[in-house]
Amino acid sequence: MKRIIVCVKPVPDPKHWHKVSMDPVTMTLKRAGIPSIINPLDKHALEAALSVRDIRGGEVVLLSMAPPFATSNLKEGLAMGADRAVLLSDPAFAGSDTLATSLILAAGCQWIGDFDLVFLGNFSIDGSTAQVCSQLAEFLHLPNVMHVIDMKWQENDKIIIIQKIEQGYVKLEATLPVVLSVRKELNKPRYVPFTGILAAESKEIKVLSNEDLGVDSSSIGLEGSPTKMAGLELRRFERAKERLAGSIEEIVAKLADKIYQCNIS
Amino acid sequence: MDFAFSEREEMLRKTVREFAENEVTPKMGAMEETGKFPMELLKPMAELGIMGVITPPEYDGVGLGYVARTIVLEELGRVCGAMPMAVQVHHMGCAALYDFGTDAQKKKYLPALAKGETMGVVAVTDPSGGSDVVGMRTSAELKGDRYILNGRKCFITNSHTSDFWIVIARTAEGAKGLSAFIVDKDAPGAKAGHEENKLGLRGANTGELVFNDCEVPKENLLGQEGGGLAIAMKTVSETGRTGMAATALGILTAVYEEAGKFASERVLYGKPISALQGIQFLMAEIYAQLEISRLLCYRASWMKDQDMRFDTESAMAKWYACEAAANAAKKAVEIHGAYGIMKEYTVQRLLRDAMVTIPAGGTGEIGKVVLARAALAPFMKK
Repeated sequence: MKRIIVCVKPVPDPKHWHKVSMDPVTMTLKRAGIPSIINPLDKHALEAALSVRDIRGGEVVLLSMAPPFATSNLKEGLAMGADRAVLLSDPAFAGSDTLATSLILAAGCQWIGDFDLVFLGNFSIDGSTAQVCSQLAEFLHLPNVMHVIDMKWQENDKIIIIQKIEQGYVKLEATLPVVLSVRKELNKPRYVPFTGILAAESKEIKVLSNEDLGVDSSSIGLEGSPTKMAGLELRRFERAKERLAGSIEEIVAKLADKIYQCNIS
Repeated sequence: MDFAFSEREEMLRKTVREFAENEVTPKMGAMEETGKFPMELLKPMAELGIMGVITPPEYDGVGLGYVARTIVLEELGRVCGAMPMAVQVHHMGCAALYDFGTDAQKKKYLPALAKGETMGVVAVTDPSGGSDVVGMRTSAELKGDRYILNGRKCFITNSHTSDFWIVIARTAEGAKGLSAFIVDKDAPGAKAGHEENKLGLRGANTGELVFNDCEVPKENLLGQEGGGLAIAMKTVSETGRTGMAATALGILTAVYEEAGKFASERVLYGKPISALQGIQFLMAEIYAQLEISRLLCYRASWMKDQDMRFDTESAMAKWYACEAAANAAKKAVEIHGAYGIMKEYTVQRLLRDAMVTIPAGGTGEIGKVVLARAALAPFMKK
């Protein structure tokens, strides 16, 4: 095993979701003042990478496209046991949709180079699109298996992968390199050990801008993203109300009509 | 002066909090019911670094010091007060061995403690002792190449969960007649006796140690013969009091969170009760008690890390934080009204747990004796 890349995304901490709001103009999430955590499924992806490294060796590299604050999330990943981290951070990336993000992450993977495996969480708890994994694999010209819940190594570096599908499981065999998106059933992420916290203090977090990556600027950021938010509507949980007017007899008749229309009998 | 935690300390807090919330919470029902410490958590806690947090790396610890230890204990205590109680006494065992052990003793016992293979114990109190440490009667008599121990230790935390105990016993008359021994639980004549059924901190094991012509090899003497009081005092004052203070601090954090949550959710007169000034005053006091305790706890731990003398500060942190925890827990129970005395609600446990911290590790009054000595020292004529 040469190198394993793990994509991690900082997401708003669910413990603070009640403070999250949307910007009505850009129609994006307002994150200011909300602490971020590593997307929970990405921790399972990192655990998968660390366990592969434990038995097959190699280097685990974290990759994230995020604003500069993400270094603290990456540090946590390093403390968990990753060897180094690469943060793709550029104002030009802001507002990227899943397609643009995948393009940038693919450029990041290529910048790191020489990898056998890319692990991602199946989806992020903020966007929940589950689109990045396959798009990234497509840009890297690599196969992608989603919903991975188990994996076993065969001879000749082949992996047997168990993929969860709606009504059961699929058993797949993959050769390297491959992009794997994991579900939480795959493993239990390790806690950050105190020794890991100390070790992380001397591990590298390399910050790259688009100048380093050279992605076509018309394909990234809010402008370069084909996804356009059509509108923003607040979901209301109020019950529908209607006041019926008239004499008692009229009201009862109208009410009976309504009940009849509702097909309640 | 810097009151901020470092990034390292913040990460430490986060990982212990995650561990406590995910791994300790599911054990708490059984801990409350049976009074048993969850031994299956020893290894995972050791892997994290909790058991060896103050033990240097040469003995398989992580050697992060006392501020780090206080963070660990506070976070465990926020979820379950019994955990830091047991863990802090474990650390007392580590500290006594590290401070007073020979190279051979350290190599033999410290790694096992740091790796969570067993738990540390320092057994000082016996039925005729307690606050009057020198009043203890448990005796040790040198016969040939071994000491023969006779007597009984009581209220000993981790008595039944450890493979060896550090026991203070009398080798001669007077204050200079106490000595410390490392006693294997399987030593001939040694036995863990009665297990106590406590009001609070129920998941931390507390019990008796009984010595009936118990044979202890001469090389198991810890420190010098006659040095037992110094070992007991240093370990209780430095590690025990900061540990009990941190346990109380953890309980206080939980008290604050439970009270705040309930006050903002419980609606009376059409508004959350947190809008009532009567409740606000209680919350203000709980909040201040928490913050004052936090400052005292971290100051004492920081002084230990700076190698300063801090017996007054550790006694102050211990006395204040434990009193504050019980006092604040009572207020939190009051904020909850009738819910506060129901077993389904956390606050009743917090009040019971807080009460147990008061006599443990030196009673509140003994703490005040230490404080009074320091307070009056500048005015003493000779």
